[in-house]
Amino acid sequence: MDYIYQVRLTTHISSAIGSLTHALLQNARCYSVSHLSVQERIEQKRKAALTGGGQLRIAAQHKRGKLTARERLELLLDPDSFVEYDMFVEHRCSDFGMEADHNKYPGDSVVTGQGRINGRLVYVFSQDFTVFGGSLSGAHAQKICKIMDQAMMVGAPVIGLNDSGGARIQEGVESLAGYADIFLRNVMASGVVPQISLIMGPCAGGAVYSPALTDFTFMVKDTSYLFITGPDVVKSVTNEDVTQEELGGAKTHTTVSGVAHRAFENDIDALLNLRNFFNFLPLSNKDPAPVTECHDPRDRLVPGLDTIVPFESTKAYDMLDIVHGIVDEREFFEIMPNYAKNIVVGFARMNGRTVGIVGNQPKVASGCLDINSSVKGARFVRFCDAFNIPIITFVDVPGFLPGTAQEYGGIIRHGAKLLYAFAEATVPKITVITRKAYGGAYDVMSSKHLRGDVNYAWPSAEVAVMGAKGAVQIIFRGKENQAEAEAEYVEKFANPFPAAVRGFVDDIIQPSTTRKRICRDLEVLASKKQTNPWKKHANIPL
Amino acid sequence: HIRVTLCRHVHVKMADEAVCVGPAPTSKSYLNMDAIMNAVKQTGAQAVHPGYGFLSENKEFAKRLAAEGVTFIGPDTHAIQAMGDKIESKLIAKAAKVNTIPGFDGVVKDAEEAVKIAGEIGYPVMIKASAGGGGKGMRISWNDEETREGFRFSSQEAASSFGDDRLLIEKFIDNPRHIEIQVLADKHGNALWLNERECSIQRRNQKVVEEAPSTFLDPDTRRAMGEQAVSLAKAVKYSSAGTVEFLVDSQKNFYFLEMNTRLQVEHPITECITGLDLVHQMIRIAKGYKLQQKQSDIPINGWAIESRVYAEDPYKSFGLPSIGRLSQYQEPLNLPNVRVDSGIQEGSDISIYYDPMISKLVTYGKTREEALKKMEEALDNYVIRGVTHNIPLLREIIVHPRFVSGDISTKFLPEVYPDGFKGHMLTAGERRELLATAAALYVAAQLRSQKFLGDLRVSIVPAESRQWELCVELDKGVHMLGVSRAGNNYTVEIDGEKVEVSGEWNLASALLPITINGKHRNLQCLLRTAAGEITLQYLGTSFKLRVLSKLAAYLSKHMPEKIPEDTSSILRSPMPGSVVAVSVKPGDNVAEGQEICVIEAMKMQNSMTAAKTAKVKSVHCKAGDTVGEGDLLVELE
Repeated sequence: MDYIYQVRLTTHISSAIGSLTHALLQNARCYSVSHLSVQERIEQKRKAALTGGGQLRIAAQHKRGKLTARERLELLLDPDSFVEYDMFVEHRCSDFGMEADHNKYPGDSVVTGQGRINGRLVYVFSQDFTVFGGSLSGAHAQKICKIMDQAMMVGAPVIGLNDSGGARIQEGVESLAGYADIFLRNVMASGVVPQISLIMGPCAGGAVYSPALTDFTFMVKDTSYLFITGPDVVKSVTNEDVTQEELGGAKTHTTVSGVAHRAFENDIDALLNLRNFFNFLPLSNKDPAPVTECHDPRDRLVPGLDTIVPFESTKAYDMLDIVHGIVDEREFFEIMPNYAKNIVVGFARMNGRTVGIVGNQPKVASGCLDINSSVKGARFVRFCDAFNIPIITFVDVPGFLPGTAQEYGGIIRHGAKLLYAFAEATVPKITVITRKAYGGAYDVMSSKHLRGDVNYAWPSAEVAVMGAKGAVQIIFRGKENQAEAEAEYVEKFANPFPAAVRGFVDDIIQPSTTRKRICRDLEVLASKKQTNPWKKHANIPL
Repeated sequence: HIRVTLCRHVHVKMADEAVCVGPAPTSKSYLNMDAIMNAVKQTGAQAVHPGYGFLSENKEFAKRLAAEGVTFIGPDTHAIQAMGDKIESKLIAKAAKVNTIPGFDGVVKDAEEAVKIAGEIGYPVMIKASAGGGGKGMRISWNDEETREGFRFSSQEAASSFGDDRLLIEKFIDNPRHIEIQVLADKHGNALWLNERECSIQRRNQKVVEEAPSTFLDPDTRRAMGEQAVSLAKAVKYSSAGTVEFLVDSQKNFYFLEMNTRLQVEHPITECITGLDLVHQMIRIAKGYKLQQKQSDIPINGWAIESRVYAEDPYKSFGLPSIGRLSQYQEPLNLPNVRVDSGIQEGSDISIYYDPMISKLVTYGKTREEALKKMEEALDNYVIRGVTHNIPLLREIIVHPRFVSGDISTKFLPEVYPDGFKGHMLTAGERRELLATAAALYVAAQLRSQKFLGDLRVSIVPAESRQWELCVELDKGVHMLGVSRAGNNYTVEIDGEKVEVSGEWNLASALLPITINGKHRNLQCLLRTAAGEITLQYLGTSFKLRVLSKLAAYLSKHMPEKIPEDTSSILRSPMPGSVVAVSVKPGDNVAEGQEICVIEAMKMQNSMTAAKTAKVKSVHCKAGDTVGEGDLLVELE
């Protein structure tokens, strides 16, 4: 390394020298005299890299309630574990006075490298808003690409901390090329290593597509924004008055657009939570779901579950109560907790092993499937499948949401995504029908027919084409004695037996034993091997 | 409708045969005599034990049972009626030579007559409607003017609420104790007194902590009270178990208050010290058997304390009801000499339909000190999650020097906590213990999060350290702590003082038994988040702490201060639907978690609940309305 430093430095000193050979000669000649000064320059450059855009800009960053790129990495990674790359990289722009020495910052506007989170390897980049507003230069992009390439070769996740004003306009097309280089790598890495974006400042324009391509996008409340075009352009094009926060703040993206998966209070909260989240993920698609030391007995009974489903099938209950009761230590990292709340997805552990949880939420819109919940669920299931994370599905679904809004919005193709995701998944799939499993939605929700490995029904389960009332109205249209017919239908179908006698559920279980059963099944299914037919890639109905 | 009939409630589960008597509202079920009579017929029951509350002192119910030839396990209707009436009961008591409070009971003509009566009795006096039970509508008057006002209020209330004009004006006993005598009488004229229960610790005239015996009574007073209680029981030909309540002043003068013609909530403590099963005795008596014991057979063996564990927020008026689902629930039954009477279990809902009592926690010891120690331990090991509960208050009462020394009265709570209950006040030493525990727990959790099992393709580089510098926040106080570890033992240095903490550090357990500086402590971890928040229940009170690394704490200064948006006072519809019912009107007081209205969407009824305890400011919807998502439903103050 030292050798290369000297070459670069020498080139810098005597810019007239054109060839590498010449440089080496030159280097050899002045080695003895300039050695000290080279060391000094190294120190100087390193120091400059560490201070980024300088104390004034750092103070300004702090004043905005944001930490610097390096402070963020220090919090995210284990102490002293960060190994930095490309500290000496500088931008190559020579237009608009950019070539001036005071416009060169060692490392440019991003800090990259690798480090450890709870001892496990991770590749990181952290955009430095104090240097040209964190704008993306060719060099900036190149640095990010370097760590992404290595992350894929090694098989370790990539975490990006985004805080950038956008493209380095002075560089023009080079900046755009840089984005595309990153996008390509995001796509290539997709399904190979987990990719996480934490938006900690602005992220606008084309830049937004990098987070959008990663597996998870988290945001910091009040200080981060994601949008294609800012409020000014919106105003000039559509004449809409909208604030930055309304257009692309954390609340918008976690509740309305579904672009972001979660938001956190501030930088520190976000980074500490990210460390926690990282522990759920395998390092790559070659690694099994991680297993951590678990203090929660695998055979723990959950007596509260025996009473959780109300007798009246129109009454709601909270699916999260079931999830919290069953998983290790009640710890559930929910993904998109405030978007499409009629479906619950997130990570938890069973006897220490990471699992993905999917559950209909009867508390919200009766737990029906609609466009948003289907897409939310589908993407989560596909992530789990890509990264060997077993999927546990809790079913209480009255069907797909009817109405013109849904039909015009394309519920058919969007609903198909969830069906597709469950069907193609080859990871262990365990399904528990807690109450309703009606109609096509029954098929979708990781049913036996979609290669569910273990499918359970609670005694309160009702697997049927539809609710009793609707069914009777169709079967006995115009007939009297509707109530009697309804009672007959209920007795025939509003229970788990029709599914159980056909083997569509493997067993009818006491709810309090659910945790014990799932832990045991996961042990068995850990060695599950299943492959889909060869294909270039599948064609999910996007 | 065939449904899987699961036994959801403890009492139903325990029963050999169960009959549903109706929906949750008590007026439609437990107070619905027709439904209960049906259940009696359906099962062919020979007798009914009415429990406490509901129909237990309802003479109509007793009569209806009698008409069907079914035994009411309790006194006969004559005794229920005689003792149920404030004035009649006092007249009978007087005749039976039971000390009564000087006073007047009957129809008071006008305010001036009230003043005259008050003058004869001597101030202070208490005025209330004689048909009103307990302390309901009770007014204290210290002078003529207040007497006139009290007369006006009470006579209005008497007429409007009870349809009974009679008033009770009597000597008001300042700083009294509430001590009651348990009696047991059979149908053959035999009656016993089973010693006293001290029930002075009350809030809003409802008992919180009871004990038997009382620290205050000497054997002579006890016998005098017991004999008068028995004499009253005999005077009304009482049979079954009953309780004669007395007020006792500081000079040990005691006055008859009222007689409860049923089993009392706090009966277990009498059972503990006498060894008699009161319910068993009631059933024997109802069957017509004679009492087997003589007065000389009734012992006082040891000491028993009962804490009423309520789903209440003790920080608000010593207890405002809260509701919710018991997400975790574990009674301290593993401890010896602990009895827990409850009807709920993990997963149960504490609803608005019933008394918010979770359980009666009874501890027993050879001495009072032993019983109190056991109560501390039992409260510390009682796991209740999902609803706000009053364990912080109970835990404070039983260790308060005044309570420990027996210096109590019915005014104990307002006197000891004049500004309301604020939770346990930490001493400097306790504060260190708490900080040290939080720090050790944090480190234990951090270390565990680095433990990955199985074959790993990429090796782990653990950030194993033996020293941690942490910053712990508690009540806005910030402390720098040094932590070092040897196995499960942590040494925490706080402001130059060393605290040794060791334990199992089971991070899944609700209980956190640890040893701090050699002393055993039972803490509970209520919350532990990735962002360093740790909530610990310590000495009954829950304390919120935040543990951060030195670096994170240092950088925290840059984090923007956020004023939390108060959305608790506005209730919006979370979905489009139709309003099925609105349960409140402007001016109503609602408890946190209480149902405000019901929205039906997708044929599913969703209960909208209050996010805080408050008064209803305005209601913007009515039953039958169609509402959109985000529509304003109700505003709270």
